[in-house]
Amino acid sequence: MSDVVLEIKDLTRRFGAFTAVDALTLSVNAGEVFGLLGSNGAGKTTTIKMLTTLLPPTSGEARVAGFSITTQAVGVRRAIGYVPQAVSVDGSLTGYENLLIFAKLYDLPHRDQQARIAEALEFMNLTADAKRLVGEYSGGMVRRLEIAQSTLHRPKVLFLDEPTVGLDPIARDAVWKHLIDMRANYGTTLFFTTHYLEEAESHCDRIAIMHQGKLDALGSCKELEASLGPAHTLNDVFIHYAGSALDTGNNFRAVSAERATAERLG
Amino acid sequence: MHPLTGFIEKTFVITEFELRKLRHDFTELVTRALQPALWLLIFGQVFARNGAMHTGNIPYLDFIAPGILAQSVLFVAIFYGINVIWERDLGIVQKFLASPTPRAALVLGKGFSAGIRTLSQGVIVYGLSLLLGVKLNWSPLALLNVLVIIILAATLFSTFSLVIACIVKTRERFMGVGQVLTMPLFFASNAIYPTDMMPGWLKMVSHLNPLTYVVDALRTCMLADSTSTFGLSFDYLVILVTTTVLVLVGARLYPRLAT
Repeated sequence: MSDVVLEIKDLTRRFGAFTAVDALTLSVNAGEVFGLLGSNGAGKTTTIKMLTTLLPPTSGEARVAGFSITTQAVGVRRAIGYVPQAVSVDGSLTGYENLLIFAKLYDLPHRDQQARIAEALEFMNLTADAKRLVGEYSGGMVRRLEIAQSTLHRPKVLFLDEPTVGLDPIARDAVWKHLIDMRANYGTTLFFTTHYLEEAESHCDRIAIMHQGKLDALGSCKELEASLGPAHTLNDVFIHYAGSALDTGNNFRAVSAERATAERLG
Repeated sequence: MHPLTGFIEKTFVITEFELRKLRHDFTELVTRALQPALWLLIFGQVFARNGAMHTGNIPYLDFIAPGILAQSVLFVAIFYGINVIWERDLGIVQKFLASPTPRAALVLGKGFSAGIRTLSQGVIVYGLSLLLGVKLNWSPLALLNVLVIIILAATLFSTFSLVIACIVKTRERFMGVGQVLTMPLFFASNAIYPTDMMPGWLKMVSHLNPLTYVVDALRTCMLADSTSTFGLSFDYLVILVTTTVLVLVGARLYPRLAT
């Protein structure tokens, strides 16, 4: 068994009477590609926000790269990269400037900054567009720049919240190719949420399915499919655990934010 | 790295990149020039006639020139918080908060950049004052003081604005609160009339208003012959303490934007 890089124990978050994440317990190994699935409102984004120290848990604990999210938040922040669902690069700066500011904020040694930025641009296939304003980028380029920005400091774990929402299939494939290459080159652990089952199927070592804040299923796609008996697809698994759940869903703000993101990237 | 050097360094990184964005948008600087011009050329000219206002031994236009500068700094800075609401609706705030940058550096860095952006208002008001024959103090020390006061005042009010943004979180509510706050701050100050003309209760309110001390400091440094009401060091003290408190409150509230 390889090293555990992410250890979540009884992680819980309530908003008033509503329990968004309910006693979530799981661990992720170093270098793993881990997908968190579930219908809207299942608690995926709340989980990522707690793991990235943006939201304090109501109870429970998690350790990321050995640091506690409740008592060692700065240690966690140094060890992770985060790509939020919404657009997180600045359209009024160039691609290069967006990377430079994060190189400085993460204290990359001054002599390494330029080389690291050049490497990241090259790796994400953005070198030719480095001096252009990000406002003129296409959706796929924006996402690749965001990933470059979040991985400049070589995080141990990269959290991605719906990294391919709003992208066309070609741009989605390009983003995934870069993510998988990154794992191969730097051993980065990928922890992401998605609505696209085929993405989980083709890229994840393991997935977890959340439903109404609870962990309902955990394992590799093959294992989960087999657990329902022969000839079941991941789609069946998803419906079995997450239910049709049309009634839960997101609030207005979350939906409009998601649509706005899709529009900006698309 | 020592936490304090880290804090200072990160503050300037944030400021640097906020200012880099400015290169791409100069129309804002031009449209902002309009308001102080209207106040000085129309309001100022009208009230300067026949000694409608009693401003002691300095002419009324001289009296309000620093007041209008302070006012335009306030008006520009007080809506600065709308930017972080915009950055929140995107994912930018969240990404910065997930980085190891000290929260206070995120807040103060943005405040300073607002301060530097607002310097253009100083140039405009000095230009108009020259045109209207206001007797200005051109000593390098006085100019340096005005520069520092503008930056600090804009930092103060833009941080105040950011605190409001962290509380209300949406653009609609923010615009509402912003409108409600600017005029009282402006009228309950010594910007366009001396506090001696005010009824007692308003005079008391004006003494709690940081804008009053900004105006007093600007008036002291900008004009050729003006004496400070509160003393320049006391003005600086009030401005610095208020800014520090607001930055600390802002750093505390800023993470609310990620939720």
